[in-house]
Amino acid sequence: MSRWEQFTDTFFNGRVMAKYLPDILSGVVVTIELAVLVVVTGIAAGLVLALLRSLGVRPLNWLIIGVVDLFRSLPPLVVIVLIYFGLPSAGLSPSGFVATWLSLALVQMAFSEEIFWAGITSVARGQWEAARSTGLSFGQTLMSVVLPQAVRLTIPPLTNRTIAITKGTALGTVVAVTEILGQASSAMSNSYNPSPLMLGAAAYLVLFFPVVVAARWVETKFAWKR
Amino acid sequence: MIETFLNLEIIQAAWPIVLAGLRNTVLLSLLVVPLGLLGGLILALMASAKHPAIRYPLMAWVDFFRAFPPLVLLILLFAGLPFAGLELGGFVCVAVAFFLNTGAYYGEILRAGIDSVPAGQLEAARSTGLSRLQAMAYVVLPQAVRNVLPDLLSNTLEVVKLTSLGSVVAVPELLYQARQAQSLTYSPTPIVVAALIYFAMLWPVVRLLSRLENRALAGR
Repeated sequence: MSRWEQFTDTFFNGRVMAKYLPDILSGVVVTIELAVLVVVTGIAAGLVLALLRSLGVRPLNWLIIGVVDLFRSLPPLVVIVLIYFGLPSAGLSPSGFVATWLSLALVQMAFSEEIFWAGITSVARGQWEAARSTGLSFGQTLMSVVLPQAVRLTIPPLTNRTIAITKGTALGTVVAVTEILGQASSAMSNSYNPSPLMLGAAAYLVLFFPVVVAARWVETKFAWKR
Repeated sequence: MIETFLNLEIIQAAWPIVLAGLRNTVLLSLLVVPLGLLGGLILALMASAKHPAIRYPLMAWVDFFRAFPPLVLLILLFAGLPFAGLELGGFVCVAVAFFLNTGAYYGEILRAGIDSVPAGQLEAARSTGLSRLQAMAYVVLPQAVRNVLPDLLSNTLEVVKLTSLGSVVAVPELLYQARQAQSLTYSPTPIVVAALIYFAMLWPVVRLLSRLENRALAGR
């Protein structure tokens, strides 16, 4: 067997790949579920926090800033380990899936709040005043005047951050979530062959490469025209 | 509750272990941040050539690593390469993975920085007799770096946080050491302590970033 054949037989072994393809595919489903849950709940929670912050209640704002800063400073893996291995001591035993979801959603919440808040504050004061003077209520001004402008500003940083955080679903493998990397790793140790890992890596690329390219497109579309 | 999560006796017992981890996290960061910056600088300088034959492959390279989870890259190096007869050890794997991953991110940021400097600057510098490299190093890059300083800082924060991935491949950094201490003491206290250390270390950076970002948005 030539070296090249030896290489492909080790890293791209068709028989091994075919055997573990169903496992990897079930991992893909888990990764997608986890990613969608994290993105939806995290961004929604971040938006709610940013809106609460715009009410301008001092003690509430300090609390929000504290929570946001906390989850911006902590590495996501530390949060996952803390929730998964720490909470059982408090009588709660979240599954690996729930622990990963909760952790990444909190991180996504923190970053989204910061980005939405920056967007809200960047809308010029005059916009608020003009909208209020036409008779719109606080809520109407926020929803129809400020947020549409703010959201547009926040799209590029938000997409970047969201991609980085959803890639973090791979961290779930540390707490035994059966997502792509978890499935690929266990298939690798069962078959003594790295082909499933290559398959898993390919699955990540198939999932995330289109998202990155789309993000690039969105970035240029929403970019600031200076 | 405090008995469980912040037990003083356990903190005392676990402190030397956790402290060794903190030292390694700092050392690891001091290694991977310059390494990533170097990789990014190489990418950005190559991209500034603007030739499509260079620019598009570079874009694909950067997008590849933006799409690829760093943990998967790390596992690929750590668990995959030995099958090709190449055993690198956890530490080297982390260094290589970070060079590739964070290099791509730094490269993208620096490229945006270089693009933000008006072309006239390079032309003026070249017309005074500076070589292309000199013009880049003395005229364009200083301005480029200043323009994207918040992004560079924000990425550096992410890189330091990412060093916690080393724990997965048995690099004895802060999180790894804390988990060792946790399994020795059967208590979540060491992990809480590690989290507090991360927070104490990185919170000032987060605050600073918040201010820089708000100022940048307000300035537009």
